[in-house]
Amino acid sequence: MQVDVLFIIVILLSLAAYFFGRQRALKTAGGQLRGLHSLPSYYGFFAAIWSGLPAVLLVAAWVVFEPSIITKIVVADLPEEVTGIGHDRLNLVVNDIHNLVQGNLTANEPNIHIQAAAEQYRHLQATSHILLTIISLALVFALGLIAVRKIHPDLRARNAVEELVNVFLIICASIAILSTLGIVLSVLFESIRFFQQVSIDDFLFGLTWSPQTAMREDQVGSSGSFGAIPLFTGTLLISFIAMMVAVPVGLMSAVYLSEYASNRVRAIAKPLLEVLAGIPTVVYGFFAALTVAPLLRGVGESLGLDVASESALAAGLVMGIMIIPLVSSLSDDVINAVPQSMRDGAYGLGATQSETIRKVIFPAALPGIVGGILLAVSRALGETMIVVMAAGLAANLTANPLEAVTTVTVQIVTLLTGDQEFDSAKTLAAFALGLVMFVVTLLLNVIALRIVRKYREQYE
Amino acid sequence: MGNNKSDMPPRRTMDVINAGMEKRKKSEKRFQFLGQASILLAIGFLAMLLISISSKGYGAFQQTYIKLDVLVNADQIDSEKLNKGNYSALIKASIRSLFPDVDGRREKRQLYGLVSQSAAFKLKEMVIDEPDLIGQSVAIWVLADDEVDMFFKGHIDRNVEEDARRIKNTQIEWIDQLVAQKRMEKRFNTTFFSAGDSRNPESAGIWGAVVGSFYTLLVTLLLSFPIGVASAVYLEEFAPKNKLTDFIEVNINNLAAVPSIIFGLLGLAIFISFFGLPRSAPFVGGLVLTLMTLPTIIISSRAALKSVPPSIKQAALGVGASPMQAVFYHVLPLAMPGILTGTILGMAQALGESAPLLMIGMVAFIVDIPAGVFDPSTVLPVQIFLWADSPERAFLERTSGAIMVLLGFLVLMNALAVILRKKFERRW
Repeated sequence: MQVDVLFIIVILLSLAAYFFGRQRALKTAGGQLRGLHSLPSYYGFFAAIWSGLPAVLLVAAWVVFEPSIITKIVVADLPEEVTGIGHDRLNLVVNDIHNLVQGNLTANEPNIHIQAAAEQYRHLQATSHILLTIISLALVFALGLIAVRKIHPDLRARNAVEELVNVFLIICASIAILSTLGIVLSVLFESIRFFQQVSIDDFLFGLTWSPQTAMREDQVGSSGSFGAIPLFTGTLLISFIAMMVAVPVGLMSAVYLSEYASNRVRAIAKPLLEVLAGIPTVVYGFFAALTVAPLLRGVGESLGLDVASESALAAGLVMGIMIIPLVSSLSDDVINAVPQSMRDGAYGLGATQSETIRKVIFPAALPGIVGGILLAVSRALGETMIVVMAAGLAANLTANPLEAVTTVTVQIVTLLTGDQEFDSAKTLAAFALGLVMFVVTLLLNVIALRIVRKYREQYE
Repeated sequence: MGNNKSDMPPRRTMDVINAGMEKRKKSEKRFQFLGQASILLAIGFLAMLLISISSKGYGAFQQTYIKLDVLVNADQIDSEKLNKGNYSALIKASIRSLFPDVDGRREKRQLYGLVSQSAAFKLKEMVIDEPDLIGQSVAIWVLADDEVDMFFKGHIDRNVEEDARRIKNTQIEWIDQLVAQKRMEKRFNTTFFSAGDSRNPESAGIWGAVVGSFYTLLVTLLLSFPIGVASAVYLEEFAPKNKLTDFIEVNINNLAAVPSIIFGLLGLAIFISFFGLPRSAPFVGGLVLTLMTLPTIIISSRAALKSVPPSIKQAALGVGASPMQAVFYHVLPLAMPGILTGTILGMAQALGESAPLLMIGMVAFIVDIPAGVFDPSTVLPVQIFLWADSPERAFLERTSGAIMVLLGFLVLMNALAVILRKKFERRW
């Protein structure tokens, strides 16, 4: 039986269990709701969960583990001449078997052993499905029967069901922890494997980045050096340009909107700024590569400057535009949080509005603004699409914004898209870069969130 | 009092203030001007971006077609094997018949180049649908080549030197004749909205990417909505104040600020390498985007739950509901509009996301329209990224057109969120 059909049958059966449970609860109470501990539907849920949940979990676990177990059995039965060829080649053989089972074309003409193995695989798969069907249906019926028979008016069905719902809620809430853990483990493990091949010092402090590794020992110009300093400086350069655009414009917009603007202006300008935040980054990338970069090049030419067509300036400028709304909304929040009494005090002493803002509100809001800017910096460091489309690929160690530089995220994307083997230093390097990226942005975020929270508490 | 001014000592403080007043007022003006300028600059950037994209992209919604009179010659097609017929020879013959005096290999090749390669496929489909056409002459409108399309739309200047443009003088002459014979016209570009990707700009469309985006978002929604709401309910209503809860909260806040590309690395290492899920599949894309949008949904759902006044829960508890009944029957329904608004905004964010999807292989060149969540596919923003890399002028137009479609979807989703908020959200 197909697994999805089985799944639907299990669900239908537990639905039936719901009605049986409900019915039985009402019957044992003699049709009197008053006699029941819980509402009738809770008895239904009780029966449904008892009968359905174990079977559903079983089917899910079976689906996850079945292929690898069957593959192990099949490989163990392969004759020596097929298995004794080393790990990599064996993987290809396993792939061939899988393809053959699914009726796809195989890479090589399948030999007799592989055909036999595929036959065995199919056979095992069929057996396993029959086994799964029998066990899960037996489970549904047996547990359903036990659950329905357990039902009597004094059964605390609601408490049992609610306890289970509570467990479900806790599991859902823990997914946040699980995904953090997943990120840490995945980048950490691959990075450790990378650092077994390349030393940490060479990676963090090396000055040349050319990740092509040699196919042959004697190949020219492909020794593969993994010095990430040019990537870090490139990332910092572009982020710096972005912040030079985003901080003044975002901050002044926030000041104007919260202190000067009339309600009408605010009602129009604020949503427009939010639109800027809602535009996908790939659109900004396209804008940077096809509108801003040629424009800058043209301006540069007329001034006699040599601007690269993938200059850091174009990418940084557009990234700055993208970050304006982030800076402005975060600053808006902190400026509004400054108590009115401080403004009134300054006005009472005869300060003009701009003097109040510059000499009273800014100093008071400074920690919050700095926190917001740190968040914006972490956003700029991790931004990918704009730089992938508008910044260069060559790792130049330069501080000249008119030249092309590359960034950490660009390199991660180029190393991991396209054909690749998973174990080479080249692909593992991407995970090491990802680790650096994760650690740096995490630190920035933790510091920024802490500052912002401290600041908020100060005025509450 | 004070009838003799000259006797009074000068009011020094006021004088000092007045002397500086002009300067201070000027700086006040300057400051205010800076604020206005920043707002205008930001809005100006937005306008520049939208104008630059729509001015490049509006042309993508129209496409140049050429009318050919094709004699479906029985010699070229075996009526038993309609699939194998030489349809491109028929198309070529019909073009030759329009310009009988064209001679020479190179000239002929240029002539055939006026019509898209897809014309032969179109003819094939027509004949397979209606085998009676064999032996007859039919008039069909076929797609023009992308360069012809660009010329006809005015993106290629005929006054430029011949070597500097991709369309030759002879071709321009033929095009002029075709226009004069009313055999060439612009029509609404249905291919753009119904086809998958293609190497030929004129037959490339966004439908494959739109369907891929749909499946990816479907998976994302089905996973992130229940999980997100359940997490928010637990953290806001039931969680005891302890280390674990604090740790979960710190995690959620940090995940919201982790760069999206890191989620791509997670998807590649865990979902694809470890669990062996297929590459390029919307299912894996949906899993990755779920992890990305969860923090957004959790944070906005908690805000919505928090805004429901405690008196409602207390009233429910007072008439004998269990805490869980009070939350699920009373608090949650009242918070639903806010939760849905947050979810839609999270989905809009997921729709525009592309960096993590590059990592899990959704950048492949895929012609077929995906038919399920495990089929290889791409998504709209990644399609934009792919086309933006192509050198052809016609792809530039299509990229901008695809961006306009993507922005259209985003505007729709945000409008829905605004309507939901305006209509159903209650202020207590």
